[in-house]
This record gives sequence, C-alpha cells and structure tokens, in this order.
Amino acid sequence: MTDSPDQKGAGDSDAQAGREKIARLLLEGMPHTLALGMELDFVADGEAGISMAWSEDFVGDPESGVIHGGVVSALLDTCSGTAVLTRADGPPVTATLDLRIDYMRAAKPGQRLRARAKCYHITRSVAFVRAWASDDDEDKPVAMAAGAFTAER
Amino acid sequence: MADRNEPLHQIKLRRDTALRALVERVPYSRWLGVRFDRRGDELTAILPYAEKLIGNPHLPALHGGATAAFLEIAAMIELSWTAMWEDLEEGRIAPDASVPDSLPRLPKTIDFTVDYLRSGLPRDAYARARVVRSGRRYSSVHVEAWQDNRDRPFAQASAHFLMPGG
Repeated sequence: MTDSPDQKGAGDSDAQAGREKIARLLLEGMPHTLALGMELDFVADGEAGISMAWSEDFVGDPESGVIHGGVVSALLDTCSGTAVLTRADGPPVTATLDLRIDYMRAAKPGQRLRARAKCYHITRSVAFVRAWASDDDEDKPVAMAAGAFTAER
Repeated sequence: MADRNEPLHQIKLRRDTALRALVERVPYSRWLGVRFDRRGDELTAILPYAEKLIGNPHLPALHGGATAAFLEIAAMIELSWTAMWEDLEEGRIAPDASVPDSLPRLPKTIDFTVDYLRSGLPRDAYARARVVRSGRRYSSVHVEAWQDNRDRPFAQASAHFLMPGG
C-alpha cells in the first residue's frame, strides 16, 4: 500500500465495503431471510439496518392484519446477528444464544417493518446486542430486543 | 361435567374443529406449515421441515427466527386452547373456522425470551407448551422444542401474554 494522504479514508471505505459484503452475503445466503424478503438498509461498525415488506402471509391476527410476532423475532434476530458480524473486532461466524423481545405496540398493517441493531459490547466469547423494530413511524418502536450471541474466534 | 355418554365421534369432532379453527386462522402459522397433534387436551406443535426455514445453508441449520416463531405459535395456541377448553367442553362455545365470530380473540404477546440450546437440524421439529400461570389479565407460558430426542431440546422460551379483554 502506498503512503498517500488518502490512506486513512481509503482504509475506511475498504472496511465499509467489507462490512457491506459480509452483510449481503449473509442475507442472500439464508433461505429463510430470502423467503421473508429481508433487505439490507445500512451497515456500520457493529451496526446494521434490515427491513422487509408487509405481506398477507406474515399476518398474526387476521382481524387487524397486524404482522405476527414471530416475523418480528426473525427480523430482529437476523439484524442482531448482522450487527455482530459487521463489528471490526467481531467473529467470522455467530449464533444466537438468547434473545428477549418486548412487544410494545402493533406494527401498522401494510407498512414496511424496519429493524436496526447495535452490537454494543463484545468479549472473547460473547457479543451483546440491542435491536429495535418499527414501522414507518420510526420514533415509536414496535418492539425492542436484547440478545447474547456467540463470538468464537 | 361433560356428558359421559356423549358419542366419541362427536367429542372428537368438537375438539378437532375448535383446534383447527384456532390454528388455521393465523396466516403466518399456515405459511410456516405449523400443525398440531392432539391427544385429549394435550397438544404437540409440529413444524415440518421445509427449505425456506433454513438460516445457515452450510451446516445446514434452521433459522433462529423460524424457531422463535414456531415456539411463539406453540405457546399462544396452547394458552388459547387451555383458556377455552372448559367453555368448549361445557358447550358454551363452538369455535368453527367456517362460522365468523365463533372464536375467542387471541392473547397478545407482551414479551418473549428464547433460549437457543443447540442448532436446529434440517428435519421436523416438535414443541410442547405449558401454561405456568394463567390470570385474568396476564399469563405466563413456557415452551420447549425438540427434534430427534425429547430429552434434548434444541430451544426453549418463556413468554408473557395479555389476555383478550384483560
């Protein structure tokens, strides 16, 4: 590598490109996330945003058209795992140890379900993550998650 | 008490119709392919293997989200089933998928904590839930899922629900 003034900037964009590649490979490689139509919105160091469209198939309460809690779980789990893998000092692979989800309100039928997650601490073996889900009104979370993930290196 | 001499086929029809009405009304459990096996009032949830349930294709392993959804469905159906059992047996209600408004409203999940014990194999999964505490407003349910061996669960969860009308 040459010693140019742009080196730090170039390194940063390399790291960003690497994170995006990891996240896309992950999302596009999983049949379940493909079947649910999950799409990557953004990645940063230890952070990820993933969203998916509302669908009739994913409804939990047919009277109201509100999406099933299990779909929210799947999205928050996937988004949390992605946040672990995009961390600069993160592990190459991860698995969920546990995940707690608080359902604060029903997501509006027809609106996209959006999740963002942050891996806020990592040890030699465990990554700790918090994640939020919302509909179009991103100021009012639909659900919040806290999870522990494996971080074997 | 229910009638001791009630014909067996009538008992089975009543219970199976009510259970089917409960399970089939939820589009997402249909999409996942979840079924229920009934022995008296005891339910076992079944998640037949499908490729779309896979998370990691290299192992391969079930997606944690599919497992969580399966556990949540098993817990919620068990809770609704337990809550309506007495009314069903006494003939006060007759839930039927083809009769609108014949079903009680579903409980709402307040929180859900899932514990992944080992990775889910690419094969059928089973789950049984237990209503730990059933209140007028709040209920607490524990659920366990296994595959080959009942004594080696691959995931468990505990959840709190807000009861309909509570």
